[in-house]
Formats: sequence, C-alpha cells, structure tokens
Amino acid sequence: MAKSGAIGLKTVFGGLFLTLKHLFASKKRRVMDSVKSDNYFTEQNRGTNTIQYPSQQLPVPEVGRYQLFVEMDDCIVCDLCAKICPVDCIDIEAIKATEAIGQTSDGTTKRLYAAKFDIDMAKCMYCGLCTVVCPTECITMTNQYDKSVQELDLLTYKFSEMDPALAEEKRRLFDEQQAEKQAAKLAAMKKKENGE
Amino acid sequence: MNFYFTYILVALGLFGFAAVFALFGIYAERKVSAFIQDRLGPTETGKYGSLQTIADIIKLIQKELIVPSAADKILFVLAPFIIFVSVYMGFAALPWAPGLVPAKLNIGLFYIFAIVSVEALGILMAGWGSNNKYSLLGAMRSVAQIISYEIPAGFAIISVVMITQTLNLQDIATQQGVLSGESSRFLGFIDVGQAGGILAWNIFRAPHLIVAFAIYFIASLAESNRAPFDIPEAESELVSGFHTEYTGLGFAFVFLAEYSMMFLVSMLGVILFLGAWNTPLPNIGPAHLADYTTGTVWGIIWIVLKSLLLVGVQMWIRWTLPRFRVDQLMNLCWKVLTPLALLCMLISGVWRLWLM
Repeated sequence: MAKSGAIGLKTVFGGLFLTLKHLFASKKRRVMDSVKSDNYFTEQNRGTNTIQYPSQQLPVPEVGRYQLFVEMDDCIVCDLCAKICPVDCIDIEAIKATEAIGQTSDGTTKRLYAAKFDIDMAKCMYCGLCTVVCPTECITMTNQYDKSVQELDLLTYKFSEMDPALAEEKRRLFDEQQAEKQAAKLAAMKKKENGE
Repeated sequence: MNFYFTYILVALGLFGFAAVFALFGIYAERKVSAFIQDRLGPTETGKYGSLQTIADIIKLIQKELIVPSAADKILFVLAPFIIFVSVYMGFAALPWAPGLVPAKLNIGLFYIFAIVSVEALGILMAGWGSNNKYSLLGAMRSVAQIISYEIPAGFAIISVVMITQTLNLQDIATQQGVLSGESSRFLGFIDVGQAGGILAWNIFRAPHLIVAFAIYFIASLAESNRAPFDIPEAESELVSGFHTEYTGLGFAFVFLAEYSMMFLVSMLGVILFLGAWNTPLPNIGPAHLADYTTGTVWGIIWIVLKSLLLVGVQMWIRWTLPRFRVDQLMNLCWKVLTPLALLCMLISGVWRLWLM
C-alpha cells in the first residue's frame, strides 16, 4: 500500500511536471517546414503543433500530384485517358474535323475537335494513369489541392470551351464532307460499272 | 429599507462576479488545456480568442430549452437552478478583505459546508428528472462521490478549526496576519505575530496542516466534480452524466455552477489554509512589507490572486491526470484520505492542548 502510494505520488508529479513543460513551451508556434526538411519531426516537438490552415500552409512539392489539369491546345482528343480511367471520371466527346486543324507543341497533328472534355474531380481517385497514357502529355497533375466548391456540379471541370452551335456546325460540315465523299464514291463506282 | 437595497446590490455583485469568473474561467480552461496538449485553443473570436466564451453564451441563450417528454418536468427544470443557487449561496459567508464580508456569520464555515451539500440534491434531481440512464448513473455516482468526500474534507477543516477555535471565517482570516494582534507561532515554535506574511498562514502554524491542506484540496476537486474525479460526467462512459439532457440556459447554469464551485472551494481553501486576504510578504526588520500591503484593496487583490492560483492548479491537474475508476475513487476516499484526515484531527487536538 505504502509502496504503491509512493509510486502513485511519483508518477503524479512526473505527469504534472511534463504538462507544465508543455504549458510553458506553448509560446513557440509550428514552423512551416516542408516534409523534406531534415528537422521536420524534431520541430514538431517544440511548442504548439497546430497549422492554422488558410493563413499557414505547409509547402508542397512544386510537382505535386493533386488536381488534374488539361492543356487543351496540346490535346489530340485521342480518348486514351478516358479509356484507362479506372473510375470513368473523364468524359470526352470528339468531333472529327474536315481537315487537319493544327499541331500540338510536340508536332502531332490535331484532327479532332473536343466538343466536351469533362473531368469529374469528385470521382477522381488521383491514380495518375491518365497522365501516363497521354501521348502528348497534355493532361497533368498540378500542385493545387485546395478546391472546395459550393455545389457538386462545380467539381466537374470543363476543359473544352466549344459552344454547342459551333460544335453542331462542325458536325454538320463533317457529315456534309462524308456525304460528298460517299456521293463521289458512288458516282465513281457507277462510272466503273457503266464503263465495263 | 436601505439595507434591503444593499443586500440586493451585494447579491447582484456576487452573481456578476460568478458569471464573469465562469466566462473567463472557461476561456482559461480551454487555453490551458490547449497549451498542455500542444494546441492553440480558441484564436478566431476576438484577440487571441478572448471573446469565444461570450459568443458561446450568446449561442446558448438563443437555444431552445428542450424538456424530454418522458422527463419529470418540475425536477428537470428546477435542478440547474438548485445546483447553481446552492453554490452561489456559499459565497455569502466568504470574506474578501478586512471588514469586507457579505454576511459576517459566527458559523460561516459550517454554513458554507451545509449549503454546498445541497448541490448533491440538485444533481440527483437533474439525474432522476432527465429519465435517462446515463443521467441517473452520473447523478448517483456524483452523489456517492460528493457525500464520501465531504468526510475527509470535513475532518481536514475540523483540524483547522481546532487550531483557530472559531467557525467565523472572518476571524479565521484575521488570525493569519498582522491584524490579529495576538501571537502566532510559525510551525508551533517561532513567534511571528508581529511579522505576519506567509509565515503566519494556517498552513505553517502546524506542520500537519500541510497534510490537511492536501487532503482538503483533493477532496475539493472531488466535490466540484473535476478531473481526476469527474466520473459523474465521464464523457467516455456516460455521454456527459447528469447534464446529458440539458440544453440552452439549463446547460449554461450547470456550467456556471461548476465554475463557481471551483472558485468557491479554492477561496475556502485559501481562507482556511493560505492566509485568506493576508499578504504573503512578512515584516522584515524596518521594512514593514506586511503593514504596507494590508488593506481593503490589497485584501481583495491577494485573495483573488491566491484563489485564481488554486483554480489554475485545479485546471493543471485536470488536464494531466486520467480519471479514477469508481472503486479507486472510493478506495482513495475511505482507505487513505479519511484515516489521514482523522490523524490530522487527532494531532490538532494534541497540538492545541500541549503546544499552544
């Protein structure tokens, strides 16, 4: 009884001393050090540990792998990213162009318009597969991670800004071209048949 | 008729003090707990979060008073006020400075001890009235705990009273300083009646009163239901014990009572053991430090400072020690504190007869 009492008193004072030390160490605020820093973990044991988020932020790597971003000028609308996505969060609608419509920065010819290029960030699981398969490296992950929105719809990022009328126009032009080609083909076949 | 006016004014003043103390006590508690746990605590409302509890109380006032349909409505509604009023009435007999006491009672100490016990009744009313098993369990634990710990606290107090030979708190306070006029002996041998200061405090009048103070302090923690004796509220088992069902102002009153109780037991401890409103500075030769720092204003300053220090220690203990189990709690009370307190009482008797 006396022994356990002595141990109890000793541990009580030990604990009180420990908390007192923390109470007086609280003047020191958390240092906003990157996780790469050598004293990242030792810094946390001195003073308070709270990161007051919007006003204080831990530095993230410049090449972060957080939100997706698409550089539409470089996109050839090949649909590979949409196909590989495990959660089907990328929705692409392509319109074939009547001719080559330009070149990407790495020299690939663009032959498709993107009528729609939506990425649903609410579904995205940040696996990064889309960035791997992209032939022109136009879809990348950025170091932006803080995206809170008021409505769920706003989490669907629309990267293609083609207006519906223009898309309809392009679709009509392509259909006309196809029809013309078809007509020309038929005419040629008829000619051949007649000729023989 | 004028004295009625004075009474009401004094009562309002005490209520105001209790409310302001509770507001800033809660703020201090949140900050202390945060710093001990390496957090920051409230920072956003006002400078350093100082207006946080005011915002909280405004929120509580706006809230609906929900009375559970199966509750015993009269007991349920009345309980928080009985809990608060019993603590609040205790303040009536506490002296604040030489000649400054709301009610100069000959049996002040006895009165405080009696009126504060009524809190147990209020807690039982709250627990029973809520018709909630957590509340009832919490209330029964609380009553068992408060009644048990009144015994060592009572014996510790009696050992002081045997030395001072009075139940009048103002007289007990006067005895511990330069204003007493009679001789007072430091540890029973050195006469410090003229020197006063920390040397004349009751805790140093007899060495066993240091033990009595420790017992009283531990028992006072239990009586105000504070950690490590907070099994009546035990969040991890009982949601929040007897005040589980309370909302809005009822909840606010329970909290007000808890913080008033903290200050009350600290102030009573200061009056009985730590020299009440007397200065800790003794007269040393020609430097009459004790005489300079004794007076009405000084008295209020000293007693509030000492009480706040004890409240600080209560908070410090709360955020350090884990909660007792029910059997450990009773063990400590009946097998350790009560025999020790009885021993203190015995020594006090012997001390009084042979050494004073």
